[in-house]
Amino acid sequence: MADTLTPVLTDSWGSERSWTLAAYEAQGGYGALKKALAMPQDDIIAAVKDSGLRGRGGAGFPTGMKWSFIPQDNPKPKYLVVNADESEPGTCKDIPLMMATPHTLVEGVIISSFAIRAHTAFIYIRGEVLHVIRRVQAAVAEAYAAGHLGKDIHGSGYDLDVVVHAGAGAYICGEETALLEGLEGRRGQPRLRPPFPAVAGLYASPTVINNVESIASVPSIIEHGATWFASMGTEKSKGYGIFSLSGHITRPGQYEAPLGITLRELIDLAGGIRAGHELKFWTPGGSSTPLLTAEHLDVPLDFEGVGAAGSMLGTRALQIFDETTCVVRAVLRWTEFYKHESCGKCTPCREGTWWLVQTLAALERGQGSEADLELLLDQCDNILGRSFCALADGAVSPIASSIKYFRDDYLAHLTHGGCPVDPAAATVFATQGATA
Amino acid sequence: MLSTETYGELREIAARYPQPRSGLLPMLHLVQSVEGRVTPEGIQACAEILEISPAEVSGVATFYTMYKRKPVGDYHVGVCTNTLCAVMGGDLIFERLKDHLDVGNDETTEDGKITLEHIECNAACDYAPVMMVNWEFMDNMTPESAIQVTDDLRAGTAVHSTRGPKLCTWREAERVLAGFPDGLADEGPSAGPASLVGREIARERGWTAPASDSSGSTDGTADTKTEAVEQADTSRAETETVQEKGQEDK
Repeated sequence: MADTLTPVLTDSWGSERSWTLAAYEAQGGYGALKKALAMPQDDIIAAVKDSGLRGRGGAGFPTGMKWSFIPQDNPKPKYLVVNADESEPGTCKDIPLMMATPHTLVEGVIISSFAIRAHTAFIYIRGEVLHVIRRVQAAVAEAYAAGHLGKDIHGSGYDLDVVVHAGAGAYICGEETALLEGLEGRRGQPRLRPPFPAVAGLYASPTVINNVESIASVPSIIEHGATWFASMGTEKSKGYGIFSLSGHITRPGQYEAPLGITLRELIDLAGGIRAGHELKFWTPGGSSTPLLTAEHLDVPLDFEGVGAAGSMLGTRALQIFDETTCVVRAVLRWTEFYKHESCGKCTPCREGTWWLVQTLAALERGQGSEADLELLLDQCDNILGRSFCALADGAVSPIASSIKYFRDDYLAHLTHGGCPVDPAAATVFATQGATA
Repeated sequence: MLSTETYGELREIAARYPQPRSGLLPMLHLVQSVEGRVTPEGIQACAEILEISPAEVSGVATFYTMYKRKPVGDYHVGVCTNTLCAVMGGDLIFERLKDHLDVGNDETTEDGKITLEHIECNAACDYAPVMMVNWEFMDNMTPESAIQVTDDLRAGTAVHSTRGPKLCTWREAERVLAGFPDGLADEGPSAGPASLVGREIARERGWTAPASDSSGSTDGTADTKTEAVEQADTSRAETETVQEKGQEDK
């Protein structure tokens, strides 16, 4: 039985100059690369498959399986693209990883590219994180200088180039085919599938797209083995993951644990809900995953457990809200976000998110009637599953789940003629005695 | 008119990629660093170099929110007002800054120093409420500290990111985003305090990852495409994982 917290990726985040090649190599960094370069490539893919690593960007698709879809008989170049466009509201794990230990990612990129026989890899980082981009640029430059990248890496005969690419502000580019469009210099609008990126991705060539944390987990699997990784986690959700706690808790932050830990355990480690308050609702994996409540505190935070509770593990972005928070205000704001970020390609999403905001905003002002809740749910029904990508599906998650658990909060807006909750009470400075 | 040097750098960006058009996003960042916004001249230059139409470049420039058509101040101040930061105080910070700076959303102060904008989630929720200045983190803001930051910036007093270097100008930041490093990667800490809390608790309690020889069952891992598709996370993943016809398990 593994320990409650199992720092692997986060273990050296606090070390002196942890972002440098020297610090990374001092801790054994790039050892997994040397080991991997001596392995048959299919054995690397098999190890990642056997480990049970599933995509850490939200969808949970088995990473090794994704790699094995690359048709090696296809004469076109193969590409690895790292999705570092971390933008899902509440999600804040990849950014500190790339800031503190960018070489973990770079080493993972090299091993993964070698495994899928790619000679060019891209790290697509959202543009709004300047210092993180500096650190990744510097890490890639250091890796070239040390011979970890470039031609004939460590005499293996294997060549790899890595390009660090800054995005320009678009949540939708976290969706893998929209990301490819952005990387091809176009508007970030998702593509219709099939064909899937594994067959026709970047430049219509076979492409693997993986999340930062997935790729950064690869060196540890190569170093310690698939069964080591599988000794953590649950039956179908193996390994460790970073759980990001934010909001109304005593110690928000990053907690790296085996999948399957519960929110009750995490809140306990985090010193509890902020003093004098109690949990009202939370997201298990970002705003696109249906809200859960205090009755779900003991749900195992793995793909199956959260799924069975009616939500999704997503990115393990645990946003915690206490009883001072108006759920209608929270949901309206997320809905405004989805409306703003809809790329406009599919009508149900482009028009639907606009209508959701209209209906919700009226309710929040205390206008309308209880029948409007049914109207909202009807709108959700007409949006869910009707677009190319999952953005609109995410948009309806907080609405449908909040009506399910907090119908009375919506009705209170109608009887009160507006929001009955004082927003000042929910602020972090309300507890510090600072005045608004 | 853009300088010959800028044209050279734009071509250099395009040359980083197997297909030049992939350089368009960083090229537009470079245009902003030189011009202070995306200008018609900048669009023309990108179009010429990539051999596409100015309309195609404009279509891209108008899609992404970091590209600005109006001049941006020396410091772009973004206040996160997505739900979590808004609830934790971001809404109040944004209101107070609008009052204090006497500007609305996406407007620039009269002295040309500060452009204020409310932004979406910037992946620092454990430091809420979060403000970004030229896309550097300003963590755990209060209305008072946010006002202080803007006052200092306008007065020319050095301000440091809470997890990075002394703040540079917006144009300098845009140059880094275009892929021309400024040598500041070694500034600032490895991580902020919130990034380290779990790691510190583990150290206090003697918790670690399992020893290298630990062994767990690899049963339960997907062996076939069908199993993988079944395992993947509900509807969110469906579009990425549904079976292609004729691509059944081999």
